[in-house]
Amino acid sequence: MTNVPWLTLVAVVPLVGAGVLALLPRGRDALAKMLALVFSLAALALAIVVTVRFDVGRAGDFQLVESHEWMPTFGIHYSLGVDGIALLLLLLTTVLVPIVVLAGWHDADANPRGSVKGFFSLILSLEAATVWVFLATDVFLFYVFFEAMLVPVYFLIGRYGGPQRSYAAVKFLLYGLFGGLIMLVAMIGLYVVSGGPGKGTFDFPTLAGLSIDPTTQKWLFAGFFIAFAIKAPLVPLHTWLPDAAAEATPGTAVLLVGVLDKVGTFAMLRYCLELFPDASRWATPLVVVLALIGIVYGALLAIGQKDLNRLIAYTSVSHFGFIALGIFAMTSRGQSGATLYMINHGFTIAGLFLIAGFLISRRGSRLIADFGGVQKVAPWLAGSFLLVGMASLALPGLSSFVSEFLVLVGTFERYRAAGIIATIGIVLAALYILLMYQRTMTGPTPEVVSDRVHDLGVRERVVIAPLLVIIVALGFVPQPLLDVINPAVDRVMTAVGTTDPPPTVPVQTAEGTTP
Amino acid sequence: MSALLAADLAPFPVPSIEYSAISPLIAIFGAAVLGVLVEALLPRTARRPVQLVLTFGALAVAFGLVIWQRDTRATVLEGAVTIDGPTLFLQGTIIALAFVAALVMAERRVDVAGDDFAPRASALPGSDYERDLTRLGWLQTEVWPLLLFSIGGMVLFPASGDLLTMFIALEVLSLPLYLLTGMARRRRLLSQEASLKYFVLGAFSSALFLYGVALLYGFAGTVSLSGIAEALTDDAQQYGLVLGGTALVAIGLLFKIGASPFHQWTPDVYQGAPTSVTGFMAACTKVAAFGALLKVLFVALGGVRWDWAPMLWVIAVLTMVVGSIVAITQTDMKRMLAYSAVAQAGFVLVGVVAASPDGMAGTLVYLVAYGFASVGAFAVVTLVRDATGEATHLSQWAGLGKRSPLVAGVFALFLLAFAGIPLTSGFIGKFAVFTAGVASGAVALVVIAVVASAIAAFFYIRVILLMFFHDPAPDGPAVVVPSSMTTIAIAVTVAVTIVVGVIPQPLLALISDAGVFVR
Repeated sequence: MTNVPWLTLVAVVPLVGAGVLALLPRGRDALAKMLALVFSLAALALAIVVTVRFDVGRAGDFQLVESHEWMPTFGIHYSLGVDGIALLLLLLTTVLVPIVVLAGWHDADANPRGSVKGFFSLILSLEAATVWVFLATDVFLFYVFFEAMLVPVYFLIGRYGGPQRSYAAVKFLLYGLFGGLIMLVAMIGLYVVSGGPGKGTFDFPTLAGLSIDPTTQKWLFAGFFIAFAIKAPLVPLHTWLPDAAAEATPGTAVLLVGVLDKVGTFAMLRYCLELFPDASRWATPLVVVLALIGIVYGALLAIGQKDLNRLIAYTSVSHFGFIALGIFAMTSRGQSGATLYMINHGFTIAGLFLIAGFLISRRGSRLIADFGGVQKVAPWLAGSFLLVGMASLALPGLSSFVSEFLVLVGTFERYRAAGIIATIGIVLAALYILLMYQRTMTGPTPEVVSDRVHDLGVRERVVIAPLLVIIVALGFVPQPLLDVINPAVDRVMTAVGTTDPPPTVPVQTAEGTTP
Repeated sequence: MSALLAADLAPFPVPSIEYSAISPLIAIFGAAVLGVLVEALLPRTARRPVQLVLTFGALAVAFGLVIWQRDTRATVLEGAVTIDGPTLFLQGTIIALAFVAALVMAERRVDVAGDDFAPRASALPGSDYERDLTRLGWLQTEVWPLLLFSIGGMVLFPASGDLLTMFIALEVLSLPLYLLTGMARRRRLLSQEASLKYFVLGAFSSALFLYGVALLYGFAGTVSLSGIAEALTDDAQQYGLVLGGTALVAIGLLFKIGASPFHQWTPDVYQGAPTSVTGFMAACTKVAAFGALLKVLFVALGGVRWDWAPMLWVIAVLTMVVGSIVAITQTDMKRMLAYSAVAQAGFVLVGVVAASPDGMAGTLVYLVAYGFASVGAFAVVTLVRDATGEATHLSQWAGLGKRSPLVAGVFALFLLAFAGIPLTSGFIGKFAVFTAGVASGAVALVVIAVVASAIAAFFYIRVILLMFFHDPAPDGPAVVVPSSMTTIAIAVTVAVTIVVGVIPQPLLALISDAGVFVR
């Protein structure tokens, strides 16, 4: 049989790895680390197989589909499928996990609370849950892993995090659970609308084809959207993020902000817009305003942070504002840009958190004021930090520029004022990144810094190099990604029932748009 | 004299007894009676092994008989007992849960002095006599026949075809429980106080139940559930009697369920009772009482659904909110689990309020999920001990995850199931009742239930936080390695919690095949 369940395999391999690691005898830490790396690389290899088998020409359809009955009583299936957007997020996840494993090689050593094998086992189980979330085409299946992935992160923060880890972990979990429970009601409501017990379904394509009356749609939309807005996170539901990201180990922070939070924006695009098109259009003004507040407010707070990790976390609040803005601009350029932004942001934030993590573990402090002149003692570290920082502020030629530009253009096409306000975010981004760089890397080198901070080691270079390559490569050649994204975005646009506004100035070609 | 009687009773019909349909009951009650004889006739040292064989044998046989009778749909014993799909499902669940809970009760290794029960309940706490008995290693083996009688009552409870049988079942299940509650080996005064509280309040609620039965009899002229249903379809003359009777019968049952505001006994009793008994009580009593409640409401009082549904709506909200909020303030593990049980009862009530076949199916799913997690959670509590017995203060559990990752992990799994995290049985239960609730239009109730779930999640998470994120206290309690009895019990409950969470379809299919109650 040629029907290899590739998608299931991508998720099952890290899950098996998590199980194997958990069962290892105590004291085999080195073996545990090697196994974690092997399993995460195996998942990456499988994701590449999926990519090879993926037909880019049909990137708007769900491909490599698997479907089995799971709970026929409730019309629930175990069904997976991958479209262009999910494919890229799958790749993002599977690329980042081996990097995070390697970067966190010593993060769990000598931890008084949790074991080394437990740390890597949790990372792998988180990877499995995340992969399933991106690949699920059954709303119930999506929900199950949407909630289940909270648990490994809770333990990763709470057992292996910084001094305020308990508070941060509980805050994270309660926000997540609360959002999830609200979504549960909405999901049940959707199921009842689709026919109720015995006749209803959770199959996403079927549900997307329903026409639900507008009032019901608004309520259901609200239930889903709040859950995703907490996850993304959107102002004013973002307050858990700085705590969680600052207290987590750098690797956990990468997976949390770089991958997990993307589930929120990914789900807005797929579930909110396609399931509740009328309500999405109705809610657009509100979401656009919230996104703008997030862009500016997140950036302002980032400028004011004294803690390196919190600063990076707040830059993400600002960037998630951009992504949400792009999605709800309801133009194909905006949504393509937002999707590309999710990928680019995943890699840049990984670079920022990991390099900051290397810096913090050397100096033993997260406070920006404790650093200075690092570039003299650790030029490679400083240089790569600068490059990643430039990507974060969307310097042309680096990956984020393309996505940020598309989001702004897409927004400007429909909401001129919003597009203009959003550009403030770019200016502020230059401020927080450059100020951070200036305060930590330049100027006189305090003795304690020159004593403790040394340049990147071999393992750390291996960790950072792929990120830098990806960031530069996607800055110059984003088109292959856009080719995969655009058909999927077109499907969303069709479902929402909007078309791009006609250009006010005649143009010859509109790249990435379809009439 | 005898001639006179003969003349009066001449046409007395010989009741037909369908032995096969009630065979599970016969097995349990028969073993219980034998158990009493064992106490009277066998030497003391021989009693425990014989009692264990009797108890577990009877439960296994009864479970087999329930499976054998799975297709029976019949009204037997002149209408006193009705056997149908949901009843058999409930009976099977009760017997299976009781089997697992009894394994924990039979544990003799975790407490250095013996099992979970006082060497002799009649010995004064703290007396020399008690100390001597403890030194001699006496065990109170009467707990086993008591347990069997209680299980028998529970198995009869949801099978009752009339309210009088139901009342008798209520008493048969309750009286041994009152006794078992007072028999703890450690903290005996607390245990005896709990027993008395349980008895007094329980007697009170039984009286209310009986009063309700009388009112319904006054209305319908019969205590038969189907008879009451028939009387309701006619033009209702004395509606007040129906309402009063419904309310009082429901209160009697809600007391056993532990629904607010009739939950006041649960924290004291759950805390005072021997922990293995608490586990049994929390799981089996709740399943039996919910079974009886479903039966009364759906079979007899389905015609006045629009009168009892709003009342239960209010009680469900109260139960969820009170249980969740008060649980946050608890510092004792057993009391916290007691309030958690109250909150869980509120979630189950959402399925009852739905008043639909889906609601009933959801209720049954929830009861299975909750029952096994509950037995498992209390079994874990028996393992965490210091010199004075179980270490039930929350602060003593700090850092348990470092000291014994396996036990802490298992307990965390049960807590996550209570909190309704996906891939555990608890989530499937919540999903099933919430779905039934929304489908029946009770959206507001489900929204409240979800908010209560979030509140409840907080204190479950807090315990996990305590176990895993805190450093262990230097003089903290140790985790005792139990014998295979408790180990099997915990393994079974863990397996059910995970399997029902991941592959729930067999259970869902079993419940939907069970159909609805026959009249």
